[in-house]
Amino acid sequence: MAYGPHTADDRGRMRAALGIDSVDVLFDDIPAAVRASRLDLPEPVPELELAGRLQELASRNRTDLASFLGAGVYHHYVPPVVDQMLLRGEFYTAYTPYQPEISQGTLQTIFEYQSLLAELTGLDVVSASHYDGATATAEAALMAVRATRRDRILVSRAIHRHYLDVTRTYFTGGRLVIDELPTLADGTTDLAALEVALADSERPVAGVLLGQPNAFGLLEPMAEASRLAHAAGALFIAVVEPVSLAVLATPADYGADIAAGEGQPLGIAAQYGGPYLGILATTTVLMRQIPGRLVGETRDLDGRRAFVMTLRAREQDIRRDKAASNICTNQALCALAATVYLATIGPHGLRDVASLGAARARELEYALTEAGAGRLHDAPYLNEFAIRVPDAQAVHGRLLERGVLAGLPLARWYPDDPDLRDALLVCATEVTTSDEIALFAGALGEVLA
Amino acid sequence: MSDGTGPVSTALASASLVGADTAPEEARPGPAGRPAVGAALQPTLAELSRPGRGGGKVPHPPQDALAGIPTSALRRNPLALPELNEPEVARHFVNLSHLNYSVDSGFYPLGSCTMKFNPKLNEWAARLSGFATLHPLAPDELAQGSLELMHELQETLAEISGMAAVTLQPAAGAQGELTGILMIRAYHEARGDGDRNEVIVPDSSHGTNPATASMAGFRTVTVPSAADGGVDLDALRAALGPRTAAVMLTNPSTLGLFERRIVELLDAVHEAGALAYMDGANMNAVLGRFRPGQAGFDVMHFNLHKTFSTPHGGGGPGAGPVACNERLAAFLPAPLVVQDPDGRFRLERPGERHTAIGRVRAYQGNVGVLVRAFTYIRAHGASGLREISDDAVLAANYLRQRVGEGYELPYPGPCKHEFVASGRVLRQETGVRTLDVAKRLIDHGFHPPTIYFPLIVDECLLIEPTETESVETLDLFADALLAIAREARDDPERVKAAPTTAPVRRLDEASAARRPELRWQPMTGAEAPCPT
Repeated sequence: MAYGPHTADDRGRMRAALGIDSVDVLFDDIPAAVRASRLDLPEPVPELELAGRLQELASRNRTDLASFLGAGVYHHYVPPVVDQMLLRGEFYTAYTPYQPEISQGTLQTIFEYQSLLAELTGLDVVSASHYDGATATAEAALMAVRATRRDRILVSRAIHRHYLDVTRTYFTGGRLVIDELPTLADGTTDLAALEVALADSERPVAGVLLGQPNAFGLLEPMAEASRLAHAAGALFIAVVEPVSLAVLATPADYGADIAAGEGQPLGIAAQYGGPYLGILATTTVLMRQIPGRLVGETRDLDGRRAFVMTLRAREQDIRRDKAASNICTNQALCALAATVYLATIGPHGLRDVASLGAARARELEYALTEAGAGRLHDAPYLNEFAIRVPDAQAVHGRLLERGVLAGLPLARWYPDDPDLRDALLVCATEVTTSDEIALFAGALGEVLA
Repeated sequence: MSDGTGPVSTALASASLVGADTAPEEARPGPAGRPAVGAALQPTLAELSRPGRGGGKVPHPPQDALAGIPTSALRRNPLALPELNEPEVARHFVNLSHLNYSVDSGFYPLGSCTMKFNPKLNEWAARLSGFATLHPLAPDELAQGSLELMHELQETLAEISGMAAVTLQPAAGAQGELTGILMIRAYHEARGDGDRNEVIVPDSSHGTNPATASMAGFRTVTVPSAADGGVDLDALRAALGPRTAAVMLTNPSTLGLFERRIVELLDAVHEAGALAYMDGANMNAVLGRFRPGQAGFDVMHFNLHKTFSTPHGGGGPGAGPVACNERLAAFLPAPLVVQDPDGRFRLERPGERHTAIGRVRAYQGNVGVLVRAFTYIRAHGASGLREISDDAVLAANYLRQRVGEGYELPYPGPCKHEFVASGRVLRQETGVRTLDVAKRLIDHGFHPPTIYFPLIVDECLLIEPTETESVETLDLFADALLAIAREARDDPERVKAAPTTAPVRRLDEASAARRPELRWQPMTGAEAPCPT
């Protein structure tokens, strides 16, 4: 076996100690009727050949295109120090820090992660991580239901479609209700409709959920939405993108009770879907409602500062069927990536990353407009926006042939919306180059001609 | 002492030199400062921060970069984060890593967690640029390599489990459980049998099982275990009824025992019209020996971070693929990876399988974890997978026998990949609790086993050696446990004071929970505009 240490002698010694001739004896407790036949799988592959197969598979993914695809996952520059720290076996081969005396490394990094995200969001209580932005959003919605003892959530139509789908799935158990809020022509959430939905006293609302930026990359009137939610006794949940928080108003600035989001932009590679980092943050008022692990500061017997998992009575291994969530394994190593990334990039660096993305996106907007594809919406955006092109799916395909991954055809997410049939959602970040923008604009001009 | 080792990780070597009767003496830093090598506690990033440090990673933006953003949408106060330069950052995290115990530094026999070696090839593979940088919404034609790998993994896990179909989407075991139970719910509802509102779990189950049942909207019914550690069949039959939607079983159980009455048990579940969910946390015991689908389970999850060696990462990420039989396949979350007649791979299209329960996670799941597990499975092949379980079970039984020289073994053997021992008598005789034994193991250079779980065993130790530990290590660990039992009789206070060689002593967990300090004090924002 590839990684087993046992020699024939070792196995013989263990069998002799147990007084058995064959290891098969140890499986006699499996009833004959359910013993497996031999697995129909290939034989072991030597490491050299396996490495070749993996390289071949990886090379069949096409990652050489000029990409303007974001839609919740963003390509950023990640200083190599991040991955080198992640590759320390002391971090990545450790388990959940249930033995704090020999887990202070993991525990302190989680405490630092919680603190850094508290600085970014303005909210004081940050969970040690959830699976991704979608599940963090679903957990945020469930928190609002528990905290208000109401069963209805209002979700903006301009929320990431996968986040909505996952929240729906998480809501099936409790037979909870999700009502979607329409958007205006400018692409932002219709606050008049929000006001009407909140006024329905027969169906009180637990939480109002908006994205900032929203799924079209646009900036929502968060302060006003938050005020309306609170006036109706509902909680306000912000779905945020963490890099943008270097420059945009924080969830605390506009009075959000809960913030959820995808931490992938903080030093984590795209990896075709994960592992990523579900960010979940809240106020101290709701501290005991938050699901997931929390690390707190304490002292050891000699009075030295140390860190430990705390408020454990919310968790499944203690509370079983009364737990706040069933989450156990989380995304701790991804939280470490975010911690090293933020420590390395610093406050000025993160602001530069966010601002450069905005500048590049502006450059992209001008170039695409020149090429004949203007913006679809009027509301302000940070680094992602939708453009209008006739038959966007087809244009997207023709641009692929020209080496451009032209974002996301919004019809993939909103198949029933005629207004979005002709829309591509495109983004830029600090890694987007002027050459790539010129390539996109030139190719688009050809395709539209 | 080489890089990456501290008292924690070198204690094993010390124990073998000085003999297991004597734990190594204190190696903690004294008040005068920190030793040149070793595991000193570290300041926080905030304490290390000095305004003006760092920078140089990305270009500066033009001054008017944010001109298009209304002031009302901008941050009210400047962002405050620590300011450090890269050497400080590297040193900080390297020094913090020294405070951790890990599989790479020593024996980590946490029962139910399968802390086996995490092969380095897996890490290399997941970092190949084609895998690492592919965007999750990339069109299928750009993702053929990943899609082929995922398709093969789906089929491989179906073969290993004896099931018909597999989703790779769930991000962890608990999410796999939620997926499976929601599929069962959808199945009953599709048959007009939606009044089934109970899920039965044994009292030895993982806490995630009842927590999952609650999340999926079910009431949990707990059934006791029989004296032999298996499910009490009569109690199960009494609990089953027209309200039962599912029975969740961990097999082998959390006691490390194969469910001997599995055939009768599954018959009883199905006769009641309920479905059988298998928590696959303990698959490392039965690869190539037992296929849950073939045996009659309807749905199960794998923990790729246990059975298939993907790293635990200090708590995650993992991956919890779900496998099911034909009865439930229609309800699997979308999208699955499918192969078209022309040989090309693609994700199911939205709405293609309208019976799907929906998504449980954005995009395709923890694909980087899937790459690692795929690599591991291919490295082992059919024969190697079976050998994994054979060696894991042999090692567990060997260690069980050795530990039995000084501790109670509440259940008869053989065990599977893990076993329970009890410190009940030791506590009665000496006042030393299992918690103390566990902490004293740290001084001997070992990570403690899982303790006080399953809840049904007094002063429980749940020990899982895995297949990647040598006989010498197993013997050293057994010697240490036996030495601690002797020490408990000779000098119980010494055991109760443990650990004394770790970077910190026992912690005040009560006051941490009473007055939670979950972040450092808010920092002051950097007022200066971006330096030019």
